[in-house]
Amino acid sequence: MSDLPHGAQVLHEERSGDFSTKLMRINVGPVHPATHGVLRLVVDLDGETVMGVAPRIGYLHTGFEKTMENRTWQQVVTYTNRMDYAHALGHDLAYVLAAEKLLDARVPERAQRIRVLLTELNRIASHLLGLGTGLLDMGALTPFFYTMRERDKILDILEMVSGVRMNYGYFRVGGLSRDLPEGFEEKVQAFIDEFPARLEEYLAMFADNPIWVNRVRGAGVVTRDTALEVGLTGPSARASGVNYDVRKAAPYSGYEDYDFEVPMAEEGDAEQRFAVRAREMEQSLRIVQQALVRLEPGPIKDPDRRISLPERHELETSMEAVIFHFKLVTEGFHPPMGEVYVPTESARGELGYYLVSDGGSMPYRVKVRTPSLVNVQAIEPASIGGTFADMVVNIATMDPVMGDVDK
Amino acid sequence: MDPLWVIFLKAFVMSVLLLGGFAYLTWYQRRLLGRFQHRLGPNRTGPFGLLQPIADAIKMIFKQDVTPTRADKFVFILAPGISVVFALVTFGAIPAGPANSFFGLDPWILDLDIGLLYVLATTSIGVYGIFLGGWAANSKYSLLGSLRSSAQIISYELGLGLSVLSVIMIAGTLNLREIVELNVWSVSPWLWPGLIVALFAFWISATAEVSNVPFDLPEAEQELVAGYITEYSSLKFALFFMAEYVGMINASAIIATLFLGGYKGPAFFDLLIPGMSEWPFIWLILKIVLLLGVFIWLQASLMRMRYDQLMRFGWVWLFEIALGAALLTGAVIAFVL
Repeated sequence: MSDLPHGAQVLHEERSGDFSTKLMRINVGPVHPATHGVLRLVVDLDGETVMGVAPRIGYLHTGFEKTMENRTWQQVVTYTNRMDYAHALGHDLAYVLAAEKLLDARVPERAQRIRVLLTELNRIASHLLGLGTGLLDMGALTPFFYTMRERDKILDILEMVSGVRMNYGYFRVGGLSRDLPEGFEEKVQAFIDEFPARLEEYLAMFADNPIWVNRVRGAGVVTRDTALEVGLTGPSARASGVNYDVRKAAPYSGYEDYDFEVPMAEEGDAEQRFAVRAREMEQSLRIVQQALVRLEPGPIKDPDRRISLPERHELETSMEAVIFHFKLVTEGFHPPMGEVYVPTESARGELGYYLVSDGGSMPYRVKVRTPSLVNVQAIEPASIGGTFADMVVNIATMDPVMGDVDK
Repeated sequence: MDPLWVIFLKAFVMSVLLLGGFAYLTWYQRRLLGRFQHRLGPNRTGPFGLLQPIADAIKMIFKQDVTPTRADKFVFILAPGISVVFALVTFGAIPAGPANSFFGLDPWILDLDIGLLYVLATTSIGVYGIFLGGWAANSKYSLLGSLRSSAQIISYELGLGLSVLSVIMIAGTLNLREIVELNVWSVSPWLWPGLIVALFAFWISATAEVSNVPFDLPEAEQELVAGYITEYSSLKFALFFMAEYVGMINASAIIATLFLGGYKGPAFFDLLIPGMSEWPFIWLILKIVLLLGVFIWLQASLMRMRYDQLMRFGWVWLFEIALGAALLTGAVIAFVL
């Protein structure tokens, strides 16, 4: 087993003492209950102690980046939300921001507010899913059903807005696909009123439970240095003391106008990774509340004819509108030549689209910096020396979405 | 003493009842868990989903039975048998009513003078099924599951054995029927603290013995896929499943018999109908159902412990608590009574 990392090698020799023992190499995944999709890990075990973890990815490779090169700029939105299906609007937002920067589009205030509101709601949904499945990985069945219930309320809101419960495709380059439906504000307000008490209830269910504390406190520690070394971002990195949130570091979509905090912790263990996510939900709810108050009637797309489709009624009276409509539908818009990268904060960490335009109606190259791909690397340093059961918790607390990893 | 053919008949009836109990325990568990988890549970097959266990059984029988090529075939087939036979056999020593109370028959199969030892022994042998099954499958996940269960055995057996000492000391017998007839709580209030601690320790040990949450390590789904039953399918899988659930029924029956008055009902029911507290079966079944409800309640509210934590818990805490209860009871018997 000479291919073990140095630290694990030393640990193995220490544990073996005078005996010569062999490690057991076990294959976890790609079809395994703990891997949250099709992550495959090759694990070296010494009894129950993990000596080596090698993530193997690519089982959900879809070729999205390549496909996007053959779609018009507007059509790409169809693919972005299919990568990270748990925080789909985060991906949509990251893409449209990059494309808008390339086009130098002016997105109306209302559209920006709605984007922030929905993305933050979606972030809560994503964290709820991560929390529920994380606890499920530790053998707690019930919290999963409770968190899914709250998540369902968010999905109801998103369905009301976009018509679907997954793969929303609601954002457009230059604005939104349509305005909010009737009764949206009341529904969001009802959620805001209800959720804090629910979250409190869920945290009370496990946060004071000694079994929970024993399982997660001090387990799967990622030090600040390790986090920086592997490029960990998002809640997992903030639990290790890396104060980096793109919403604060490089605000976009008007995040600088919202009053919210970035939850931080120093320990870097599994408990703090759970806790940071839980506290982040509270902060997201604050942002949702503020965005809801500031929603004012107004346009929802860039008035520029070369980017946004004309209104339906215009097509009956204006020849010019028909021409723009025809051009946009058949070939789309042509951003100027150039390249652009806009980082955003997805539920998992820094997410950015690197777009290259050759002036054509389709992207020349799309490269997505997805947080899950990078965060999966942190499973190894977090797990070595811990038990097999801890490794499962580490996977859960890194919260990777395999669509986001393999693209 | 009943004639031999009556004993055989009773054993047959008991096995059938236990298997029926197993089937409806799955239904009970799923319905109750559903309530805990804000959902309904199975309710489509028959009224209240009551036919669900039958549908599950039919499905299970018609599944393809796969034996891994490199498995040790003899042991692989033997293991589920060991598990289920010793689970069923355990119940034989548990009395379900006073002597001659069931149409002139004794509502038990074996009236053993070493009933308690017998019960402890057979429940422990059942674990060999788990261990051998995991080993024979020749799969790493199964092996890890078996290793965990053997670690679990040595961790909980001590607590289990020591916590019944209080009852044995008070009752002065290992015969389960005599223990029930004596009613350990009625001897002296001075003994109550020791008994309460012993009940507590025994309950926790029994939870570990039946691999219930939070001690369901051998089959930790998220880590070990299905633990020792990973490679089992069809009826062999069903047999392991059966052994586990019958084990839960057994554990509840033993707790009820040792600590909660066994087949006797509360005396105030005699005021309603004279002799009601002596009715056979009813009180034991009622207590078993309630105790099973507690097991399911645990499943709904707790999470799994880690293997090393279970070991530490078993050796450092459970062992000491059970020993403390035994010492306390012994001291009371020696110095107070």
